[in-house]
Amino acid sequence: MIDVLLYALLAGLGVALVTGPLGAFIVWRRMAYFGDTLAHSSLLGVALALLMSINPTLSVIIVCLVLALILVVLQQQQNLASDTLLGILSHTSLAIGLVAISLMPSVKVDLLSLLFGDLLTVTAQDIVIIYSIGTASILLMVLLWRPLLSITIHEELARVEGIPVTAVRSAFMLIIALEIAIAMKVVGILLITSLLVIPAATARRFARTPEQMALLASLLGCIAVICGLSSSWFLDTPAGPSIVLCAGGLFLLSLIKKQ
Amino acid sequence: MKAPLIELSAIGHAFQGNRVLSDVSLTIKTGQIITLIGPNGAGKTTLVKIVLSLLKPDTGTVTRAPDLRVGYMPQKLHIDPTLPLTLRRFLSLAEPSLPLCLNALAEVGIEKLIDMPLQSLSGGEMQRALLARAILRKPNLLVLDEPVQGVDVIGQEGLYRLIGQLRDRLDCGVLMVSHDLHLVMSATDEVICLNQHVCCHGHPDQVSTNPAFIELFGSRTAPYTHHHDHSHDSEDNSRNGHSGGGHHD
Repeated sequence: MIDVLLYALLAGLGVALVTGPLGAFIVWRRMAYFGDTLAHSSLLGVALALLMSINPTLSVIIVCLVLALILVVLQQQQNLASDTLLGILSHTSLAIGLVAISLMPSVKVDLLSLLFGDLLTVTAQDIVIIYSIGTASILLMVLLWRPLLSITIHEELARVEGIPVTAVRSAFMLIIALEIAIAMKVVGILLITSLLVIPAATARRFARTPEQMALLASLLGCIAVICGLSSSWFLDTPAGPSIVLCAGGLFLLSLIKKQ
Repeated sequence: MKAPLIELSAIGHAFQGNRVLSDVSLTIKTGQIITLIGPNGAGKTTLVKIVLSLLKPDTGTVTRAPDLRVGYMPQKLHIDPTLPLTLRRFLSLAEPSLPLCLNALAEVGIEKLIDMPLQSLSGGEMQRALLARAILRKPNLLVLDEPVQGVDVIGQEGLYRLIGQLRDRLDCGVLMVSHDLHLVMSATDEVICLNQHVCCHGHPDQVSTNPAFIELFGSRTAPYTHHHDHSHDSEDNSRNGHSGGGHHD
């Protein structure tokens, strides 16, 4: 029994560590809706994995990347406002995922656990996946920290200063896709964005540098995971939503601090 | 004669069939301040992007000096309020060395603001911060897009004076874009009046008496007005394959 709790805790903390810095960039670059859209598409990734019997983590990463590519191409056409476009893709991809899964009666899928996470069924193998992908994501972010900050401030200025903007942006998309793939198990497809945005927004009120904000967001995410899991353990609440609720509670608490 | 830093010849560019620039030529040399002036939609920003290599022109050639180093000051920064960023950190993205950053800030006269959040700077302070970042790259060509935007008239004079001083101290060429006519006149060596094509160009005194210029901007003594005798209706252009003509003086 204690194994279940330990695995859940390790998985939650692993994901929260990555969501700190990544979430900070999502907030600075105003990409919350973008992240949400990619997260929704991961259900399609799961459906494809079941259909073709491939690794679901890999399948989710690939689907997220393909959708990111489609988004970038469509945004360049500029016929539709960005948020309209995201709204279309976000819900269409979620719907395709739901329909695809319903069309596979032979496989038993716990839809609820996909949508809202299923932290208490984490296995040792999941932990290995979360920590290897998480470590790769954090390494990538450390390497790309300065160029990422530069393009967040002014993309053309960064380009003139010699930063390979397209490559950095693509790497950033990859990090988002990686994070979605590992966070799915923890908070579920529908709640991933909250884990990215809420701790970062809370950290903003206390941070004086970008780095402080990223680290503090990681810390707040970890606190939310610990509190949420405790609540799930003792009060028998669903783990994913409890974690998000704790993150939201921390944000409310942070509002006490005068800016 | 100094070798040119950058030479554009017979540049033409269109966005999705809308002609923005046609047959524009431009040479910038060390120590020279060139000001691009023209109404909205005249193609100033497009031309600047071509100079910065952010955009490849459809036609024409761009020749850059092998040792060209460009310092770019964008029109405006939109930094999300959620990004905690001091001036110090902002400059460190271009140059990690603190003494060099302090030098650059001293050059533009805002070294006292180094620990201020970027979002709290006033319009003029922000422009100086952007200028500091541009000169940190030790450029031999400064490209300044509307450098006095959002700055009051007294501040504008100060900024133009500063740009002139920087040109002397860094021994660089300067290309700037401006809406404003009068203040720019005294701060520039050459004015290029752009309205999709080069309407006229030359020394400010010559240009201000050029009929094409007066047509576009009114006489120098008159308050800055902005009337146009000819339009470059994009639809019309693309239909007729007409390129920037229609100008009659």
